[in-house]
Amino acid sequence: MNEVSDIALTETGLAPTGRERAGSILLIACGALAREILALKAMNGWAHLDLKCLPANLHLTPQKIPEAVRAAVRKGRADGYADVYVVYADCGTGGLLDNVCAEEGVSRVAGPHCYSFFDGNETFAARDDEEMRAFYLTDFLVKQFDAFVIKPMGLDRYPQLRDMIFGNYEALIYLAQTNDPALDRAAQAAAARLGLSYERRFTGYGDLAAALSKAAALA
Amino acid sequence: MSDEDQDVILSELDDDELVLQMHDDLYDGMKDEIEESVNILLERGWTPYDILTKALVEGMRIVGIDFRDGILFVPEVLLAAGAMKGGMFILKPLLIETGAPRLGRMVIGTVKGDIHDIGKNLVAMMMEGAGFEVTDLGINNAVEKYIDALEREQADILGMSALLTTTMPYMKVVIDTLVEKGLRDEVIVLVGGAPLNEEFGKAIGADAYCRDAAVAVETAKALVARKHNQVSA
Repeated sequence: MNEVSDIALTETGLAPTGRERAGSILLIACGALAREILALKAMNGWAHLDLKCLPANLHLTPQKIPEAVRAAVRKGRADGYADVYVVYADCGTGGLLDNVCAEEGVSRVAGPHCYSFFDGNETFAARDDEEMRAFYLTDFLVKQFDAFVIKPMGLDRYPQLRDMIFGNYEALIYLAQTNDPALDRAAQAAAARLGLSYERRFTGYGDLAAALSKAAALA
Repeated sequence: MSDEDQDVILSELDDDELVLQMHDDLYDGMKDEIEESVNILLERGWTPYDILTKALVEGMRIVGIDFRDGILFVPEVLLAAGAMKGGMFILKPLLIETGAPRLGRMVIGTVKGDIHDIGKNLVAMMMEGAGFEVTDLGINNAVEKYIDALEREQADILGMSALLTTTMPYMKVVIDTLVEKGLRDEVIVLVGGAPLNEEFGKAIGADAYCRDAAVAVETAKALVARKHNQVSA
């Protein structure tokens, strides 16, 4: 995994190892979650979980996520995996990903987006409108801030758009999965670039750990 | 759109050339040039309504098509919108003075818990450009705010916007309240926002889901015309 770059996870995703498919569960995940999933897999000894990541930049066109997931589920089944589990939240698909999961007979990690399940879905929901003006980043998004925020929003070319796009936000909250001072500094710099106040909140893997434990039990 | 580097003297262009140049300048988000061209056409005796429709709205229509087709992206559309806003700022008071045709009244706002307003602002601007009177409630609107504004403005259309999966269900709260208060049949409800889709629009009881600002304008025109026909039938 070390040799896979964040850029590759953003743009091309990650292929499964394909070893011992018959007794294995294929996880179909967003590239933005690859490192966290592999860390949990290693920590828990879930050797029977294989991971396929779709490119994280699908989030820039979320309407494409449901059909991309459907195709990956079908391929996983055709390749002979014992079962398939989807590691995507709703991710801005407005319920369409749930429709695909129901049609294909697979489950997914609960929650509206990864910020919520990293924070803990119940905790996040309980905040209600309290953090309405917060812009969230995760470890991956801090590392890929340019690819997911600066470039698609055109701030590299048109910095004058910053306040038009981020003017209603007040704070950048970095939901940290790991304790990494370099990421903390990068997140702080991101907040300054967007003109927002900064808060770091350590979440660890949140509800993702329990969701993968459920997936591991599918075999 | 235009790759030519040489400076164009806007005042030296004839009317047709200037309107085409304005389409290019809108496309390229050149606010100063748009403002200058609007003033030139006004000096030449153009009506504010003609400048609005033939130069600005038509220019934004082209921008909208290229956005839909994936040729332009959000930042470029925002720059174009900023340029159009500059032109509208000059024309708006003149349009009121000259009594341009009005198609109907719209109340628009982003729903409670949601602060995202880029799409909503574009729709509001294009609706104004198309001849609707627009009351923009801004962001984070609770149901009472929508209802108060609809009653106060005697609006024909309610537009609701949401960017988040977590906030879009609030649109149903608003529609259900309209039903409870016996107001649902009085108003056309249009909904939009990135995570929405047609199925969701139908499920919550909206009249239409609008994919983008251009669709919102066309849908609003069609539904208002149908409503007027029903009233006069």
